[in-house]
Amino acid sequence: MQTIDLSEIGLREMNKMLHSQADQTNQTAWEIINPKGAHAIACGLNAPIEVTVKGSTGYYCAGMNQHATVNIHGSAGPGTGENIMSGKIVIDGDASQYLGATGHGGLIVVKGNASSRCGISMKGVNIVVQGNIGHMSAFMGQSGNLVVCGDAGDALGDSCYEARFFVRGSVKSLGADCEKKEMRAEHIEILQGLLNEAGFDADPSEFTRYGSARTLYNFDVDNAGAY
Amino acid sequence: MTDPKIPTTTPRQSATFTQDVNSDIRRAAATGIYDIRGGGAKRKLPSFDDLLFMGASISRYPLEGYREKCETSVTIGGLHAENPIELDIPITIAGMSFGALSGPAKEALGRGASMAGTSTTTGDGGMTPEERGHSDKLVYQYLPSRYGMNPDDLRKADAIEIVVGQGAKPGGGGMLLGQKISDRVAHMRNLPKGIDQRSACRHPDWTGPDDLEIKILELREITGWKVPIYVKVAGARPYYDVTLAIKAGADAVVLDGMQGGTAATQDVFIEHVGQPTLAIIRPAVQALQDLGMHRKVQLILSGGIRSGADVAKAMALGADAVSIGSAALIALGDNDPKYEAEYNALGTTAGAYDDWHEGRDPAGITTQDPELMARFDPIEGGRRLKNYLKVMTLEAQTIARACGKNHLHNLEPEDLVALTMEAAAMAKIPLAGTDWYPGKPGTGF
Repeated sequence: MQTIDLSEIGLREMNKMLHSQADQTNQTAWEIINPKGAHAIACGLNAPIEVTVKGSTGYYCAGMNQHATVNIHGSAGPGTGENIMSGKIVIDGDASQYLGATGHGGLIVVKGNASSRCGISMKGVNIVVQGNIGHMSAFMGQSGNLVVCGDAGDALGDSCYEARFFVRGSVKSLGADCEKKEMRAEHIEILQGLLNEAGFDADPSEFTRYGSARTLYNFDVDNAGAY
Repeated sequence: MTDPKIPTTTPRQSATFTQDVNSDIRRAAATGIYDIRGGGAKRKLPSFDDLLFMGASISRYPLEGYREKCETSVTIGGLHAENPIELDIPITIAGMSFGALSGPAKEALGRGASMAGTSTTTGDGGMTPEERGHSDKLVYQYLPSRYGMNPDDLRKADAIEIVVGQGAKPGGGGMLLGQKISDRVAHMRNLPKGIDQRSACRHPDWTGPDDLEIKILELREITGWKVPIYVKVAGARPYYDVTLAIKAGADAVVLDGMQGGTAATQDVFIEHVGQPTLAIIRPAVQALQDLGMHRKVQLILSGGIRSGADVAKAMALGADAVSIGSAALIALGDNDPKYEAEYNALGTTAGAYDDWHEGRDPAGITTQDPELMARFDPIEGGRRLKNYLKVMTLEAQTIARACGKNHLHNLEPEDLVALTMEAAAMAKIPLAGTDWYPGKPGTGF
């Protein structure tokens, strides 16, 4: 285990050290202490390493992650895991707004709650939240899965494309063109797999699936009132 | 029956309800939908045509055209980036997406820009290997939609341009209609084929100048502080937008006036939102000067730049470089009269064709149709663009030498006069024959 004291070496040196790890590095386990809510911690990682941040993080922690696993032992600031391509991010506490925004792949697990616009414009990322999520989550979501073990706020999945949303609790309201969908066997399988990967013990049959009604895919003036 | 003995009045067209206006009303009534088109503002606007250079005289002496050098190079992004962009000429190619343009057209832009010693820019939809391969210097646009956005491409870029706004549609997102969504475009954007693709009007993971500063920090960390970061804004509130971009840490600001083109948006947006390019440059330069950043943070002006005269005027007013989009497409062959019969068949005429979103471009440039695309030769297109860029540069040099300047950057507002009151007020340049412009401090007007 390599330990980096962020308060001593600073953000640039820390990220430089993590970025210099190659695909075949033997130094796979890293620990960052004294993060103190700093921004852009461990962003742009591109190697199969595991980084554990001992504390809460600011904006864009693990942004654009590729291959790495990033554990946040605290709460995470806005835009955590934005545009994640692959790998895994696990947040022990709560996540602020824009979690996993535009993420193209990989998995983000939140053990607490996630704020508004969780999974906004998601493009393939899987996000599993043990608690609740805020309003306008998965706005314009293109693909991937958003799993919510608690409740979802207003306007879930507004103007979404092919992303899937699984919510166990209540949904305050659905966004434009988002509708309740049938939960078929393949969806149970996807959901069970994501819950297993996240380490959450929940029964997939208790969830409801939501997704696009696909009525806004091509512009029609008669739908103008939906916007 | 009309009495032939009573004189008739000539039919009088309304200046309010013109034939153009009436056709808009009829089209709206028939379709129930607003008009969508490509390009920039077509209305008559105060422009660089309303300014003139005075040239040399007894008080200023000129440089010899064929013997004395007039430099044209520019360095962009030296403030924070380890590897600033060094350009031979101060005319760059603006961001235009693969999707809006065909792959061969993007390739031609890269070829032409590289041969002329300048940069080209990606667009919504990501970076294609052809574009990267044919562009010596490629600026990677970081857009609200993040279509095709990935960190591998980000690291391959020579600069990153965070797009906040576009002159044709300040405050508006984009759209790529279903007919242009080929398999490849759909794959790059991670969306089903054939559906309308909406590009968001604001970034999904930041709002406001404080967030922008953190976003710039993140992008610098991911790219190791190596490449410059530009911020592109529309000509909405240039003084404040440029101030905020600089304070957020931008290495360069791209400022786009309302004559700047778009792939597709509402005509009402293009014609009625934004400010003319002539009106936005002085407030932007003032913002740079007030912060002590003029010539340290570069200003790249775009929106209706067509000739070396426009380049020289933009630079005299304080820009470090300009950017061209629509003009580059015309150089490639867009709206060429040789396709007049086909333009007529589409209900338009060469020079007026702007339905780029429909994907039926006879010139094979703004299309994803394989047959139309095949008409366009990227090698010949690249050669034409290179020629055009060279001519613009020579024209700008001709003017600069006539003003006694040995570098385009040495052109200054004092070299100019204005032909109209409007241009004088907007550019803060004296009306020709006077030493006055509206709003000049101390003149009480």
